Amino acid sequence: MRESQHHIFLLAAKHKKEDMAHLQELEALTKALSGLGIDEKSLISILGKSDPARRTTFRQRSTHFFIEDERSFERWDDHRINLLRLEFVRFENALVLWAMHPWERDARLVHEALTLVPQSYRVILEIACTRSSEELLGARKAYHSLYDHSIEEDVAIHVTGSERKLLVALVSAYRYEGPKVSEDAAKSEAKLIAKAIKNGDKKNPIDDDEVIRILTTRSKPHLKAIYKHYKEVSGKNINEDIEAADFILKETAECLCNPHAYFSKVVDEAIRNDADHNTKKALTRVIVTRADVDLKEIKEEYNSLYGVPLTQKIDDNANGNYKDLLLALMTRD
Amino acid sequence: MATLVVPQNVSVVEDAENLRKAFEGWGTNEKVIISVLAHRNAAQRKQIRLAYWDLYQEDLVKRLESEIKGDFERAVYRWILDPEDRDAVLANVALKKSSDYHVIVEIACVRSSEELLAVRRAYHARYKHSLEEDVAVHTTGDIRKLLLGLVTAFRYEGAEVNSRLAKSEADILHDAIKDKKINHDEVIRILTTRSKTQLMATFNSFKDSQGTSITKVLLGETADNEYKRLLRIAIRCINEPIKYYEKVLRNAFKKFGNDEDAITRVIVTRAEKDLQLIKELYYSRNSVPLDQAVAKETSGDYKDFLLALLGKQD
Repeated sequence: MRESQHHIFLLAAKHKKEDMAHLQELEALTKALSGLGIDEKSLISILGKSDPARRTTFRQRSTHFFIEDERSFERWDDHRINLLRLEFVRFENALVLWAMHPWERDARLVHEALTLVPQSYRVILEIACTRSSEELLGARKAYHSLYDHSIEEDVAIHVTGSERKLLVALVSAYRYEGPKVSEDAAKSEAKLIAKAIKNGDKKNPIDDDEVIRILTTRSKPHLKAIYKHYKEVSGKNINEDIEAADFILKETAECLCNPHAYFSKVVDEAIRNDADHNTKKALTRVIVTRADVDLKEIKEEYNSLYGVPLTQKIDDNANGNYKDLLLALMTRD
Repeated sequence: MATLVVPQNVSVVEDAENLRKAFEGWGTNEKVIISVLAHRNAAQRKQIRLAYWDLYQEDLVKRLESEIKGDFERAVYRWILDPEDRDAVLANVALKKSSDYHVIVEIACVRSSEELLAVRRAYHARYKHSLEEDVAVHTTGDIRKLLLGLVTAFRYEGAEVNSRLAKSEADILHDAIKDKKINHDEVIRILTTRSKTQLMATFNSFKDSQGTSITKVLLGETADNEYKRLLRIAIRCINEPIKYYEKVLRNAFKKFGNDEDAITRVIVTRAEKDLQLIKELYYSRNSVPLDQAVAKETSGDYKDFLLALLGKQD
């Protein structure tokens, strides 16, 4: 090759290498800004060190973040900025929630579910059903201190319809926690529930006084005994029957009797790409609130349900400090 | 104001020994039982039970149950239990034996939020069920709705009052009464979830706008049934418990209604709380001292025990 050609060849190769590097950087930036939380370090090292030309390229190539303005510049999409802001504070919110006393945590979560967010009954259900009797009591005390109202007062005012009776009763419960169960009562109550579910098309089971009585006053061991008898009484597994029935009934039953499966499902929904803002918050909520309780069991259940370790899912889909915090919580001891 | 009179210096060990001596030999020295137990507060009674166990490896309560009988035994048994345990027993008896549901309303509405919690805990320990579980199983319909809401409440206990809310909720209550829907979910919601101070403001607002108290209006307008009776009792227990208890006693002495346990229950449960105020109200309404009325209605050791709780010193 003649020297000039060689020179051009080297220049082209250098540009190609630079192009490759640019592309890789762009990919890294996109990843840093996608998923749950933000990869702050990458943003600093790439964007922080970038010159104006690089940033222009970044804006031009990131059409999901920037739109071509009619006056010839690349403009941030407002909606995207808002979403991005939420991702930036995801770590902060997680840390603040983690440092909180569990009672204050639960009280704040319920209050937020009632007042800031539309129709977030799931959080109230979750807290009322998965906490121990003393933990729920603690949340009620903290609620007094924080909001000058009782939890049942606010739930009753903000929740309407059939759900109100159920939710008020669930947050007010102080269930017996001993192992003693009356098998006869459990058997006859399994029959009651089966009948109510069978009549589900005529009357919503959660409007049935007896169903509410059973779900909101019986101890958890007693409820597990009911589930056991349900199969004998109705031929089907209660989960199958409930699957078709009211969504709230299903979640209540699951929270009360199989919380690890419930938490696994909620977390999996949160990690999906199409999850909305509320659904995403569940990841922080579950990891933080269960870290001192049963996260190990939830990890095992998640693995058996989805075939992938939860830690890996989080590693793939979360970023930066947020990811590091979650993984730290999940890999303690 | 309590009526209980407790001496300055108390030795629970001596008390336990004296009680033991009272049991020994033929018969029982009831005077000793009264002079000791009727002059000890809840903490001291608990210490005496522990001391008695330490000394004699025997449960004082069980021994008492075997040594004394009748109304006297029932009163002493109720008295010697821890207050929250006592309420748990009273609630259980009301549910399973007597169906005197107003006892449950009394406990749920007169006790403080923390006291009611303690009752629920004591109920767990004693009956291996939750109080709400048993209430739900033994009642149905509107009564169940009301009682469940009352016993599961953990009311905010601050002094804050929202006057606008008091007025609007007084209106809701009034409309419900007018429409003959006193079992409406909104009535239950207000009565079973609001704080006591907020409710008192609500009842005042009702009185201001209607000219009469809500309990009087309830009495007049709607049909008479157990639910309405319990609803009125809940309101009176929240609003003016002293007046409520005075009326319970007055009715018991006049043999109105079927509340056989009333005299024991009121005296035993209020002696360390506000029996003095109830006494004063009783005297002002009946021109007869409460002690005198009790002495007329009761006899023997049972009478002496009640009078001691009422403050009589010997």
